Amino acid sequence: MPKTIEEINAKIKAGKAVVCTAEEIIGIAKKKGTKAAARDIDVVTTGTFGPMCSSGVFINTGHTKPRMKITKAFLNNVEAFCGIAAVDLYVGATQLSENDPANSDHPGAFRYGGGHVIEDLVAGKEIKLRAYGYGTDCYPRRELTSSFTLHQINDAFLFNPRNSYQNYNVAVNLGKKRIYTYLGMLKPGLGNANYSSAGQLSPLLNDPLYRTIGIGTRIFLGGGIGYAAWPGTQHDPSVAKTARGVPRGGSGTIAVIGDLKQMKSQWLRGTSVVGYGVSLTVGIGIPIPILDEEMLVYTTVTDRDIVAPVVDYSYEYPNLTGKIVGETDYASLKSGKIKIGKKTVPTYPISSYPKAREIAQTLKSWIVGKRFFLTNPVQLLSGKESGVSFRAFGGRYR
Amino acid sequence: MKGGTMTISKRVVLHFPPSLVEEPMTYVLVKKFNVMFNILKARVSVDDGEGALLLELTGTERNMNNSLIYLKQLGVKTETLDKDLVRADEKCVQCGICALVCPTSAFSITAREMTLNFDAAKCIGCDECRKNCPYGAIKTYFP
Repeated sequence: MPKTIEEINAKIKAGKAVVCTAEEIIGIAKKKGTKAAARDIDVVTTGTFGPMCSSGVFINTGHTKPRMKITKAFLNNVEAFCGIAAVDLYVGATQLSENDPANSDHPGAFRYGGGHVIEDLVAGKEIKLRAYGYGTDCYPRRELTSSFTLHQINDAFLFNPRNSYQNYNVAVNLGKKRIYTYLGMLKPGLGNANYSSAGQLSPLLNDPLYRTIGIGTRIFLGGGIGYAAWPGTQHDPSVAKTARGVPRGGSGTIAVIGDLKQMKSQWLRGTSVVGYGVSLTVGIGIPIPILDEEMLVYTTVTDRDIVAPVVDYSYEYPNLTGKIVGETDYASLKSGKIKIGKKTVPTYPISSYPKAREIAQTLKSWIVGKRFFLTNPVQLLSGKESGVSFRAFGGRYR
Repeated sequence: MKGGTMTISKRVVLHFPPSLVEEPMTYVLVKKFNVMFNILKARVSVDDGEGALLLELTGTERNMNNSLIYLKQLGVKTETLDKDLVRADEKCVQCGICALVCPTSAFSITAREMTLNFDAAKCIGCDECRKNCPYGAIKTYFP
């Protein structure tokens, strides 16, 4: 008999909900079978903790005396986007510090940028604000040198256009020179293979056809509560899938939103990707309601079941050729080495599986502790039938 | 078995003041104490004239101890290498970047469990981990 979100929430309220993580469910289902497991388990929690470049914070500083129309602003010397209203700003995770030499000082350290401003803001540190404006009759102030902390400003909410990737590439370097990418440093001649996914713990890989996830799904975000707000940018449900429905490469994404004032800097970390840039490492956890046996089966996905494409980042990836070297799976990747052709290639994770595990456990304790209730999304993430897919730039080159 | 005759290897950091920069102490280690050395890193500071050597020393336990006493009497500060790399637990997220850049696999990730390990005996003080850690979790005090 299928369960509903309402029934599951009633069980949570009564302290009777049975919750386990996407790792624990594998053993449970193996022991008692998927039918019994689907009957007994109400929620499976998932988690992921890795660099998510498409992230940022909307801030409303509150008006100064006299009022100001901010057209240029720097937070700890990192420029924020000001082209919205008078005192609304957006701090982007990948924004560099003013005068950062980037990779002109090869490979480039990228010690401080947008992601670090966000971490410092959440941590309650004082943020220096330098702002400028052209001055209007109603907003006469033209210059501001100040500092503020998170709880001294009106609003601060995280809004990340593309997070929690459902699967991703495995990066290798077929070239002759060492290269630096957002997936880390890659040694020449297939020197190493880097990957970034929580695999069997990963949120969207545990509900691969988006039967329960969509707009309005309540999630663990940055150590606090957040919501899936929209399909993420580059959301692509058209990717070929395995027999289990798991996409064979980077597929679905979600845009997420949440109040920064209830998040924790431990789960929103400024990230210096040497040779590439600045980013923000985000912690996300999504609860999967076990509505029926089909949902339970999805959550029993293991690292061995998840296939990922091995992509050459020295030529094929930068030139958008779509060509792949081959495929591997996350169990092989986590063993520490994979075989590509005749070569044994050492593998390295870029995201943190121990932290993903901690998030899934934390979300589990929130639900069991009646601090977190599931939501019914107002619209599920678009699936294959929608025709949505990843497209290259379709405009004209001039 | 005679005490102190087993051959051991140790990685040490020597900090020496400006007055000793021109003292050929590593030569003395060989000639007087029969201790073999492998220089992993050597530096003399332009600012304060202080020098630092990162050496792998090999010799009998007795000779090694005596050579360290000699160095101490000379005014050289000695430390074993593992005190020179500090990983801040609260900043480390156990990703895998330090293992990726480490040339000797002193940093490694346990397969399947995905936890991070550090084997100080393998560290040669190259500093790549500190430079590449995305979260600034590693501090080093190598020469």
